[in-house]
Amino acid sequence: MISADLGAALPEIFLVVLAMALLLVGVFQKRQALLRVFYPSLGVLAITFLLVATGPDRTEAFEGLFVVDAFARYMKLLVLLGSFVSLVLSLRYIQRENMARFEFPVLILFATLGMMMMISADDLIALYIGLELQSLSLYVVAAFRRDTLRSTEAGLKYFVLSALASGMLLYGASLVYGFTASTDFTALASTIEASVAEGDLALGLVVGLVFIAAGLAFKVSAVPFHMWTPDVYEGAPTPVTAFFATAPKVAAMALFVRVMIEPFGDLAGQWQQIIIFVSILSMILGAVAAINQRNIKRLMAYSSIGHIGYALVGLAAGTEEGVRGIAIYLAIYLVMNLGTFAVILCMRQRDRMVEDIDDLKGLSRTHPMMALALAILMFSLAGVPPMAGFFGKVYVFMAAVQAELYTLAVIGVLSSVIAAFYYLRIVKLMYFDEPAEAFDRPIGRELGVVLGVSSVLVLLFFLQPDILVGGAEAAAAALFAG
Amino acid sequence: MEGWPLLSLVTFLPLIGAGFVLVIRGDEELVARNARYVALWTSLITFVLSLFIWFGFERGTAEFQFVETAAWLPSFGINYRMGVDGISMPFVLLSTLLTPLCIIASWEAIQSRVKEYMIAFLVLETLMVGMFCALDFVVFYVFFEGVLIPMFLIIGVWGGGRRVYAAFKFFLFTFAGSVLMLIALLTIFFKTGTTDIETLLTARLPAEMQLYLWLAFFASFAVKIPMWPVHTWLPDAHVEAPTAGSVILAGILLKMGGYGFLRFSVPMLPEATEFFAPLVFALSVVAVIYTSLVALAQEDMKKLIAYSSVAHMGFVTVGIFTLNQQGIEGAMYQMLSHGLVSAALFLCVGVVYDRLHTREIARYGGLVHNMPHYSVVFMIFMLASVGLPGTSGFIGEFLVIVGAFQVNTWIALLIASGMVLGAAYMLYLYRRVIFGQLTKDDLKSMLDMNLREKVVFAPLIALVLLMGVYPMPFLDVMSASVENLIANYEAALAAAGEEGPSLASLWPAERIAEVLR
Repeated sequence: MISADLGAALPEIFLVVLAMALLLVGVFQKRQALLRVFYPSLGVLAITFLLVATGPDRTEAFEGLFVVDAFARYMKLLVLLGSFVSLVLSLRYIQRENMARFEFPVLILFATLGMMMMISADDLIALYIGLELQSLSLYVVAAFRRDTLRSTEAGLKYFVLSALASGMLLYGASLVYGFTASTDFTALASTIEASVAEGDLALGLVVGLVFIAAGLAFKVSAVPFHMWTPDVYEGAPTPVTAFFATAPKVAAMALFVRVMIEPFGDLAGQWQQIIIFVSILSMILGAVAAINQRNIKRLMAYSSIGHIGYALVGLAAGTEEGVRGIAIYLAIYLVMNLGTFAVILCMRQRDRMVEDIDDLKGLSRTHPMMALALAILMFSLAGVPPMAGFFGKVYVFMAAVQAELYTLAVIGVLSSVIAAFYYLRIVKLMYFDEPAEAFDRPIGRELGVVLGVSSVLVLLFFLQPDILVGGAEAAAAALFAG
Repeated sequence: MEGWPLLSLVTFLPLIGAGFVLVIRGDEELVARNARYVALWTSLITFVLSLFIWFGFERGTAEFQFVETAAWLPSFGINYRMGVDGISMPFVLLSTLLTPLCIIASWEAIQSRVKEYMIAFLVLETLMVGMFCALDFVVFYVFFEGVLIPMFLIIGVWGGGRRVYAAFKFFLFTFAGSVLMLIALLTIFFKTGTTDIETLLTARLPAEMQLYLWLAFFASFAVKIPMWPVHTWLPDAHVEAPTAGSVILAGILLKMGGYGFLRFSVPMLPEATEFFAPLVFALSVVAVIYTSLVALAQEDMKKLIAYSSVAHMGFVTVGIFTLNQQGIEGAMYQMLSHGLVSAALFLCVGVVYDRLHTREIARYGGLVHNMPHYSVVFMIFMLASVGLPGTSGFIGEFLVIVGAFQVNTWIALLIASGMVLGAAYMLYLYRRVIFGQLTKDDLKSMLDMNLREKVVFAPLIALVLLMGVYPMPFLDVMSASVENLIANYEAALAAAGEEGPSLASLWPAERIAEVLR
């Protein structure tokens, strides 16, 4: 029995053991501790990726605390990809910017572990533990440049607000437990189904659901729980921001989807209105608030708020197609963001990082290929065909239209027009304006590779969309089969 | 050429050419030279290939021809499907004809970033041709929207003084319209279970839903064509775009709106079309008269022609919504004719703009004295734009007016007045630019057209005159498809009539009449 349990959690166990081992390696290394931890960390993530990819089909383990299914696998692969690439992007930066300590890759590994636990959580307690493991690691990496004010401020702000959200989540979970006497997702689902069928739904349960939704909305940075995002994105070291914008977003969104669909699926009528509301606000705020941003990291923060709004459109539909839409959207979002942050990490002038969007002026003259790649990514973020971002939007709006949420869909597409403005402005700066100072060369091979691969993937997605769509379909089906 | 994927070839050949241009390396001068030649040859070969479509096209049938199908999104039953009928085929030819002319016209005018410019034009050609050939709604949409990207860059990078403003306005206006069409597209997909255009042409949708879908389509196509009052992006985009950009904008991009009405709004949403036809007529009449008056007051040559485009497109929308053979054929003819004539007029402006670098009408005058060839060319297109018998413009406008008479005399009368106003502003423009005394010194030194410029205009002149004198070959191509379109439309209305009162009877006008009685 126990061996079957361990088998289901093999990737996580592998990851945690190796992360601990690397921590020891780091502690006992006198010299070059960073590199001796950094490269093995990449290897660990890659092997974990393979372990997840070849993992078992739907299995519940540890008496229903932990579940592995196609949905978990799909999301974990995205998370691992995000962590791996963000780690690759970070090396040059942490060496230059006085962050070269071996704890950094180890913390990323622990955060990734937390995310994988979140994705596989099948119980409110397991969920909370995974979430906290992730969050604690993230607080530390946000404040990793402890000698700069902005970074420590970002870490502290994130910590305080995130703790509040965790508190809300926990309070909601305790209410739910109080009214259903269970924390297990499967048991919750059947209890709720029974009480909905009998028509005696406890109000406390709904209140608990609202608190849980609020806590999770904070973690995905959806409006009105988004306030921390711009500050943390701006303040955190850039590779950390790249990490924040990708892997944790995917994990939190996956958790959000699982919690809403699995235990609370029968309360869809209750949470659907919340999600619609949150989704509309996120899309509009993400579009409008980004217009005035001059700092590219802040701009990406608002952009990510908007994109979470689009992903939530799929959840609002509450259907299998909706979840499929989210899964596709998150994958595309991940690739687009990693590519964009690769460019942001290239933004160095005279050995100093610059973050103002005006520094991109005339990039098409000074770095033509980088400008082309970033333009592709920007058009994709704006959702213009034939880029991948367009297809991502199509799949979520398809779910919304199918669920007859026409108002949501119309507001969504119109806000994407507003959002197109600031993505186009980046293109305008790069192509229409006269060059400013060029960025330092060489930009770094790994940044170039990430940027090139992500822009090509985004551009040519339309050739073979079925590779991704097939995986997303299986993921969504797994969630609804359970 | 039997069995070749001719349409895909014509569509994607320019893209391959763009790929070649992309990999050209070397010093700037050499790159520019090679980029120009690669682009020219690619577009010429594309044009020659497209001639096979024209000659291989079977007249007298409304069937889609040269159909190609390949699985694309099998889980949704969405296929990559290409094919042309009498409505789309002429536009394919128009696109492949205008692109090489644009490239020749930009030969010397564009000196900076030539490589990127040529790539943008070749990509644009792929997207335009693909859009007219697409037989799947999703494929159509991808091409339709994709056009915005190269056009945005063309206006923004190589445009005039207010290029950034114009590029953003162009992009955001058309993008806003198109996204609503996307929602309509998805709704249709769920109601009918297919996005295959051929199937959708005869699919029946619930009447009430048609109204919303029609408005969503209208948001997209009316901005594109453009109709008053959403035409305001057009003068800005035209004025700021480089000459060749204006040519493509006026020549093809505006036709995408008209094509959209003919391909989607009318056949797929017949009841809503009947319901909204008076709205279209009203907006078109306003467009024809109002923008003609605005054109009279313009000081900028390109702006004047841009407003004249809005007026001419007013004829097109009237023609389409008359829903009779003459009206729709007239609208089609007018679109083709306008595609050539307005393109040529922008090229005419480009000729003098390249020499004097201003578009202000007052800076010119008396060009007939030192640019006789230019004056003749300009005159031909000016008269074609006015709709003088013997030019292509006449046939289109005449047919539209004949069609409009069958619907409502007042509409016919009002848009016919547009022809008079058209003559007024075009002749006034011509007089100010060409006639008068040649007093300004910088004008005196201007040279007449060179061979390259004549090469650009020669095919346009030949076509405009041929279409004006002998319209049969052009009408033959489209007539079967138009007949079929009208037959389907009437059958759909008749079927709807059996189920209950038509939507159009809900018009307040009738209600008011009842109350008055």
